[in-house]
Amino acid sequence: MTVQPKPKASVLGRRDEIIAGLRKLAGEGAVISEPACLRAYETDGLAAYRQPPLAVVLPETTEEVAAILRFCQANEVRVVPRGAGTSLSGGALPLADAVVIGLMRMNRILAIDYGDRVATVQAGVTNLAITDAVGRRGFFYAPDPSSQLACMIGGNIAMNSGGAHCLKYGVTANNVLGLTIVTMAGEIVTLGGGHLDAAGYDWLGILIGSEGQLAIVTEVMVRILHAAEGARAMLAAFASNEVAGAAVAAIIGSGVIPVALEFMDKPAIHACEAFAHAGYPLDAEAMLIIEVEGSEAEQDELLARLAAIIRLFDPLSLKVAATAEESAAIWKGRKGAFGAVGRISPDYLCMDGVIPTSELPVVLRQIAAMGRKYGLAVANIFHAGDGNLHPLIMFDANDASSMAKAEEFGAEILKLCVAVGGCLTGEHGVGIEKRDLMPVQFSAADLDQQRRIKSAFDPDWLLNPSKVFPLAAPPVLQAA
Amino acid sequence: MSGAEAPGDDAGVVAVIVTAATAREPLAVFGNGGKRAMLRPVQAARGLSTRNLSGITLYSPAELVISARAGSELPEIEAALAAHGQHLIAEPPDLGPLLGAATPPTLGGTVAANLSGPRRIAAGAMRDHVLGVRAVNGEGTVIHSGGRVLKNVAGLDLCKMLAGSHGTLAVMTEITLKVLPAPESTATLTIPGLDVAQGVAVLAAALGSPFGVSGAAYLPAAAAARMPELGAAGEGVALARLENFAPSVAYRAGRLAAELTRFGPPRLVKDAESRFIWRAIRDAKPLPAAEADAIWRVSIRPSAAPGLVGALAATGAGWFLDWGGGLVWIAAAAEASTHRAITAAASAAGGAWTLLRAPEALRAGLDVLPPPPPALARLTRRVKAAFDPHGILNPGRMYAGI
Repeated sequence: MTVQPKPKASVLGRRDEIIAGLRKLAGEGAVISEPACLRAYETDGLAAYRQPPLAVVLPETTEEVAAILRFCQANEVRVVPRGAGTSLSGGALPLADAVVIGLMRMNRILAIDYGDRVATVQAGVTNLAITDAVGRRGFFYAPDPSSQLACMIGGNIAMNSGGAHCLKYGVTANNVLGLTIVTMAGEIVTLGGGHLDAAGYDWLGILIGSEGQLAIVTEVMVRILHAAEGARAMLAAFASNEVAGAAVAAIIGSGVIPVALEFMDKPAIHACEAFAHAGYPLDAEAMLIIEVEGSEAEQDELLARLAAIIRLFDPLSLKVAATAEESAAIWKGRKGAFGAVGRISPDYLCMDGVIPTSELPVVLRQIAAMGRKYGLAVANIFHAGDGNLHPLIMFDANDASSMAKAEEFGAEILKLCVAVGGCLTGEHGVGIEKRDLMPVQFSAADLDQQRRIKSAFDPDWLLNPSKVFPLAAPPVLQAA
Repeated sequence: MSGAEAPGDDAGVVAVIVTAATAREPLAVFGNGGKRAMLRPVQAARGLSTRNLSGITLYSPAELVISARAGSELPEIEAALAAHGQHLIAEPPDLGPLLGAATPPTLGGTVAANLSGPRRIAAGAMRDHVLGVRAVNGEGTVIHSGGRVLKNVAGLDLCKMLAGSHGTLAVMTEITLKVLPAPESTATLTIPGLDVAQGVAVLAAALGSPFGVSGAAYLPAAAAARMPELGAAGEGVALARLENFAPSVAYRAGRLAAELTRFGPPRLVKDAESRFIWRAIRDAKPLPAAEADAIWRVSIRPSAAPGLVGALAATGAGWFLDWGGGLVWIAAAAEASTHRAITAAASAAGGAWTLLRAPEALRAGLDVLPPPPPALARLTRRVKAAFDPHGILNPGRMYAGI
């Protein structure tokens, strides 16, 4: 279990005073302090870690967030920002002496501009709500993390969320035009403004994916795009991971970039089929779901090109959807993958490494060997176009040794990802989960440079402490 | 500047920076030096060029990644990609002719200036495709960020921070980019006879369609006159580009033409001619700029572009629009009063402006970028100090005193 910093006695001892101060700033109904109610905020999507906070405050405006942060800074109180609490890396895990600032009441869509193709929303708007709001005009917001029904755009900014379609449309950082942020000092800063290239340093670039380390995001301007005329999927089954991996390389090398290119290994196929009855090939070692976009004729043309490539790799089966309904059937199992694995195992850890796609067969072989060593089952789901691998490690959280083994297994997979030229996390973030693995990917100098940027924004390291960076004394910047 | 050192490896870059940092002496940082006529001039006795850090170090077409040392010239990289049917996604311009440079742009310079071409509207900026960098900060420490994989959210994204920082934070020595297959075919629809408001409306309709428009420009009559191949003499013209497999381009061009006919009959321009036109737009060739004129780029909401160019009329500025109206290229007299008028109008319209070209004396005494508000100015200074505590890397290039 990851070590957490010691709560500050000076803060715990002033609990009542701090809660009274927060009530004064945000109103009686916006502050939660009763132990039973705080339990709702003690964890996030990484449920193995739990810690109720000192208090929770639910502001409704950017100005309230600024006042709360000023108060916390003045009182040296640590702050944990929270959206929907769907982080799979423990990005919103509280500390005993920290105030959780929940953005869920800031849930209004402020403006939609179809001519300039920009939507302005508050941080607590869910990812899917943006697409829902613009969908009737044929538009959508592109990044589509699996949790898009629940997760909030503020959390997407913090984690630079991706999704199954980012091979074509990019991740959050590629789809945001402006932010309103509040610094730990309580200063409100607007960045960008709905145009494409903002002035000065790339503040959007450094803030997106910063996991609440630099500032709290209260408003977001996102690009909205017009959807293609239609989309259709195909499913191809292969006799080995190697052959499926070679087919992926051949597809990308051919010049066709599908909008989605998903890989599932045999355990994942079996888990999903048992759950969703999607008609997946149970005899296959690996399968690909490939989706293309365009008019009917364009879809036919692209699917025919892809089918011709796949036939070179002796597929066990090849199913091309003829209709949108058949596409949905192909996706049904994949979209239910997490639920499917949850049904066959009491608990699972969803890992999130990235590898060069050419390394896939080697990596899957080694993961299988590790699974035998730890005595734990693992199913692999892979965004094959961009190398983002999601091994689902199955364990029993009621058995401490099973959980410890699962965590060790996960860490070993991530070290392997780095060793073959990849990275620790492609879309879930570092959070608390991978904090202590950061030195595997980064040198001391690399981490020091990142930590100095953290200090530039948050000199006292009060924002979302103990996440992302291995615990160490904060670097002190020269006066600037 | 008495002379520039041009080391051939990271150790050499470190040595130059450590020497300068120890002496607290500023360093002018550049690649081939073709963009030194941009932004504020750097007052420095020493120079550091990356031009000898050259060569592609990794290219894996099936994984869509290429790595090259920062001083590699863009034509070399583009040729290597073209040999595998791929290209640089952001379509970076060669502003050499505009800036009076005789040498091609380097990869490092293009990323450091975050320069993107017409495809920015559909596929993102140069900074969006930087997957990894190796760099040397202002203390002479080698730092890495990102890597060679397409997705990576581990730690703070220094790649984007360094892209567009104009060599003021660290000196990039190697850069890894995402690349994509180059389109098999391209075509452009042109609609002549439009004023700027109609032109931006056409571009908004094209970009708001399901047909994947990857270039959207408007040339007023004076700009169109510089491109006789458009056949739109004396008229403003809107252009929308499609790129994809040949049957797809043909289909989309037909559907888009039908949708845009209400603005005027579109003319279809195919492959080679279309490529020629967009290369010219990429490099701002249509901009009516006299040799002595200053040049500005303004990033703006497309709907605000007609108002901005209307407000410029009194300055006698020449201009044209790219990025669906979201990028305004402006040329006008190189005078402080004109600069103030243009940047005031751009700021009032909510735009972010850059003084791209002007005589050195003028650039030295003016804001070349919008001055950040106080809170952001403080963050700018602190982030600069986090990379370059002694303030030796390209001091004053973006903002006076930073």
